[in-house]
Amino acid sequence: MSRLLEVSKLDASYGATKVLFDIAFSLEEGGITAILGANGAGKTTTLRALCQVCRTSGSIRFGGKELVGMATEDVVRLGIAHVPDGRGTFTGVSVEDNLRLGAYVRRDKRGVAEDIERMYERFPRLRERRHQQAGTLSGGEQQMLAISRALMLRPRLLLLDEPSFGLAPLIVAEIFEIMRRINTEDRVSMLLVEQNASLALDLADNAYLLETGRVVISGTSEKIKNDETVRKAYLGF
Amino acid sequence: MEAFIQQLVAGLATGGIYAALALSLVMIYQSTHLINFAQGEMAMFSTYVGWQLLQYGLSYWSAFLLAILISFVAGMTIQRVILRPVERAPILTNVIVFIGLLVIFNAVAGWIWEHTVKAFPSPFPADAWYATSYFSAHNIGSVAVTLLMLLALFAFFRFTPMGLAMRAAAQNPDSARLVGIRVSWMLALGWGLAAAIGAVAGMMIAPVVFLDPNMMAGILLYGFAAALLGGIDNPWGAVIGGFIVGVVENLLGAYVIGTELKLTVALILIVGILTVKPAGLFGKHLVTRV
Repeated sequence: MSRLLEVSKLDASYGATKVLFDIAFSLEEGGITAILGANGAGKTTTLRALCQVCRTSGSIRFGGKELVGMATEDVVRLGIAHVPDGRGTFTGVSVEDNLRLGAYVRRDKRGVAEDIERMYERFPRLRERRHQQAGTLSGGEQQMLAISRALMLRPRLLLLDEPSFGLAPLIVAEIFEIMRRINTEDRVSMLLVEQNASLALDLADNAYLLETGRVVISGTSEKIKNDETVRKAYLGF
Repeated sequence: MEAFIQQLVAGLATGGIYAALALSLVMIYQSTHLINFAQGEMAMFSTYVGWQLLQYGLSYWSAFLLAILISFVAGMTIQRVILRPVERAPILTNVIVFIGLLVIFNAVAGWIWEHTVKAFPSPFPADAWYATSYFSAHNIGSVAVTLLMLLALFAFFRFTPMGLAMRAAAQNPDSARLVGIRVSWMLALGWGLAAAIGAVAGMMIAPVVFLDPNMMAGILLYGFAAALLGGIDNPWGAVIGGFIVGVVENLLGAYVIGTELKLTVALILIVGILTVKPAGLFGKHLVTRV
């Protein structure tokens, strides 16, 4: 396995407010890494920093390229897809147009059409609603659409921000199962932000625990699951 | 009855112009939530550019197309050079920039081309086969040109990847960036299109109102009324609003209040809509799901 993402000394801020302090972590090609932490720990900001949506300093190396200082639109072109906080649905256009927008930077029309078909196979519900305005979908359907839209980029790295947020447990289980399949079948590396720590640790190989903008514990999912302090403070059992 | 129908058709013809101007306002409003007060003066300036090209001896339609192209490029340039630096500034800053643009365009047009009123030719000869006793050739022609332009715009936004990207960037700029759309350039493109639409509107109305630096002041007010009536965030509404305002203004002017008070109709409409139904006829009431 080779190293896909290498983050070191990463600081991030919104205006004058500094949110991340000296973050360091790395991600193996083909792996799933989880970022855990309480509300306000800086999980979402970490993902936003990778996409250069907020001001950053330090170093983010992705496949040998330095991302700090790059425009978000160019980070996307390197193959990083982001399922943002709140899902980022284009509510006023159809489901199918949402998928097309996901492939905006691709130029292979045939491949895009094939991929839309593959997304419909994976999520038959989206096929049923393909001509419907995306804003009329249910929360679970919108999450499926958000993941599909991100995959339309054919990304090397998929950033997922709270895919379980606001969804019924049954749908969460379905979505996590599909994420596992995407990881093994399409070899897409993933960086997953989750509040639901036990769910995330089941899916991920490695995990980092954030506390007020700093990495406090890191290691394999097994190790973190069995860590006494983590269990008491974050997993609640 | 015959006179009534004539007034109705004349109303539709000017309504098409208001519709075009309203559409260019909506285009910028949708992506920035700002009303470009300089839209009318930009259209006036484009019309002067068309007039100048005609003076250079170009045929009508080549001058027409070239003026549209120049306006498109100029619109994009204005966004890139003047508006991009204030993209994140408060609304008031932008409004002042718009008013500045309005004054500058008005003054520069007067400086280059003088304030004397000039005639602007119509490309539709008065004795054309499509002219009837009800509608003059220019009325028919300008409605046709406006409708063609609206159709082209609709096709662009509905069927091309670029049009889709522009809609996405207007709806959800953050998410658009995350799929790789260069949102800032989409804004510039919107400005270019708005300027081009304004150029068409200006050159179609100029044979009726004649060419002078203040020709668009009243027309922009009708454009505002049209955009508000249709719903400021709805391009279809703006177009329908334009035709309604054109007809209402013309009929009221002919039969009720007289031509001198016509402009009051626009003002009353604006105030009336904002008090009674601020979202307009087809506008969205803002409802957010949390």
